[in-house]
Amino acid sequence: MSGKEPLEKLASDTARWEEKTREQLAKIPEARTGFETMSGLPVKGLYTPLDTADQDYRESLGFPGSYPFTRGIQNTMYRGRFWTMRQYAGFGSARDTNRRFRYLLEQGQTGLSLAFDLPTQIGYDSDHPLAMGEVGRVGVAIDSIRDLAVLFEEIPLKEVSTSMTINSPAAILTAMYLALGEKGGTPADQLRGTVQNDVLKEYIARGTYIFPVKQALRLTADIIGYCARVMPQWNSISISGYHMREAGCTAVQEVAFTLANGITYVETSLKAGLKIDDIGPRLSFFFSAHQDFFEEVAKFRAARRIWARLMKERFGAENPRSLMLRYHVQTAGCSLMAQQPMLNILRTGYEALSAVLGGCQSLHTNSYDEALALPSERSAQIALRTQQIIAHEIGVTETADPLAGSYYLESLTDRIEAEAREYLRKIDEMGGVITSISTGYLQEEIAESAYRYQKAVEERRRIVVGVNKFKVKEEPLTGLHKADPAVGEEQAARLRKLKRERSARAVSSALAEVSRIAETEENLLPSILQAVKAEATVGEICGALREVFGEYTQAGYY
Amino acid sequence: MTEGRNIRVLMAKPGLDGHDRGAKIIVRALRDAGMEVIYTGLRQTPEMIVAAAEQEDVDVLMMSILSGAHNHLFPRVMEGLRKKGMEDLLVLAGGIIPEEDIPPLKDIGIKGIFGPGTETTEIISFIMENLRPRES
Repeated sequence: MSGKEPLEKLASDTARWEEKTREQLAKIPEARTGFETMSGLPVKGLYTPLDTADQDYRESLGFPGSYPFTRGIQNTMYRGRFWTMRQYAGFGSARDTNRRFRYLLEQGQTGLSLAFDLPTQIGYDSDHPLAMGEVGRVGVAIDSIRDLAVLFEEIPLKEVSTSMTINSPAAILTAMYLALGEKGGTPADQLRGTVQNDVLKEYIARGTYIFPVKQALRLTADIIGYCARVMPQWNSISISGYHMREAGCTAVQEVAFTLANGITYVETSLKAGLKIDDIGPRLSFFFSAHQDFFEEVAKFRAARRIWARLMKERFGAENPRSLMLRYHVQTAGCSLMAQQPMLNILRTGYEALSAVLGGCQSLHTNSYDEALALPSERSAQIALRTQQIIAHEIGVTETADPLAGSYYLESLTDRIEAEAREYLRKIDEMGGVITSISTGYLQEEIAESAYRYQKAVEERRRIVVGVNKFKVKEEPLTGLHKADPAVGEEQAARLRKLKRERSARAVSSALAEVSRIAETEENLLPSILQAVKAEATVGEICGALREVFGEYTQAGYY
Repeated sequence: MTEGRNIRVLMAKPGLDGHDRGAKIIVRALRDAGMEVIYTGLRQTPEMIVAAAEQEDVDVLMMSILSGAHNHLFPRVMEGLRKKGMEDLLVLAGGIIPEEDIPPLKDIGIKGIFGPGTETTEIISFIMENLRPRES
């Protein structure tokens, strides 16, 4: 508020302005009716100080680096250092991915982000019958610590931070990374990075679950507990809204469902005997940057404010680092179109800009060819350059939270907070996230939003340039990444060699120990660490756990 | 299409792929268009898909896959259908399927292959036009 003019005067002036506008509209109406954000929040034609009159600067916004962190988690934000430029990559064999990682680092990327293939994510070795045709397709195939060693050849773990998108077998890959660090002279307390370790959203939206929810959550808490002791610079979980958003939910639902999952992880960890201020600082998050620019910036700010308040008010956290919502962002994969694919560079650019203006800690920008294939080297380079242009060329990083104080943005931030809190209340009332998964409530909410969006596109209420308007006849895109069909056989051969060379006795006794601990309530990480050091495979360790824990099955036909 | 009953469709997710936003959207759109649709859920093997198609006595089988395992999985489904004498089934596929993979998949009997950006109305008309009357 300007402070000079009383709000009453402004209110009557605004009413007069609105009256006049209505008169104009009677003659020349607006281009359409029902203006709203991409997520369906109503948008007015004008925002004024009246819309933010309830906001108290200190309470609602505060200073950057201070509670409730609406304006960002650091005092200096990007004046201190830029976000980590972290491109998600992985395909084929460990050797193929090592080459891509080194290329990305050479191109100025500042952190690594590892994509695993589906068999690895679901705990099957590359020679398992269900792995056939899937090995090395959507990510890299990792069967044992030998593969991980190849993957990080000539990449000093001391100098990089590594994010691993792995969930159900997160404990195994964390242990492998730790063992690899130890072997190469980087002790656990110097390893930096993140393990996704967010199983709840696998049942809700992403689909790479293995174990029943309860046992999966036990593993999650084991990882969080172990890392809090042994890997102080490691983010032991990345609570992810991204995949729910990709599955079709709205911005409000993304915030609400992600934070609801966050609450569940905190409660699970507290039940396992951990202290809120021991685990709080190691929780990290992962959101999408979608297409509605202001809605996305507001979403990030709202999410930070809600989390800070939840941690303080609901869980009594005191360490300021426990209150900070730190997060990675990826631009929206589902906004990439197969038609006129070069336009995806622009979409990704705007989305990335919203992530930066929202105050992200790390960012992945998608490649223009990803509606058709995994990124090629060329498209991956352009994607990284997109972030570098935002960082170095356009002046948006010079001051913290530059959009703060915009009447529209602040009003949208408040609105998203209020609506997300309403969802949180509803989920609490239903008995929490685990119940909401088993009743299918969360899955249904997401599917409903996805269908509503699709209808809007098909009815031309939402224009997708090049797809439902401005179409052209075009030649298929060339230079696409091609999957190497030989990877499956190569991996199988590597597995045969591994099994010949390692000590079968050491493996079987390590696996027996994993099974034994799984039956108890002890932390599983030390036994899993022994197993990966004995060169047991991901499939073998998951197999041992499957026998004790059983497997999750999706509830019936839909 | 079969006289006196609605078109029955099985929507299947073969392989390990967890992306089913598209599949679920199509399930809803086909239901809104008056069809009876059964969705298998994730992680179906070719054998499970063939068995479900037979058991549910469907007119149309749709498979959605985005993981790139289609060249391995689709031929096995088609082989299984042939063994059961179900060659008449209208089989459609969708997801991320590279241009050059399409002709060989059509050769093994997959009638329609739909990529990203396809509208549900296009799929509905394709089914209507391509469904042959079956003997009851």
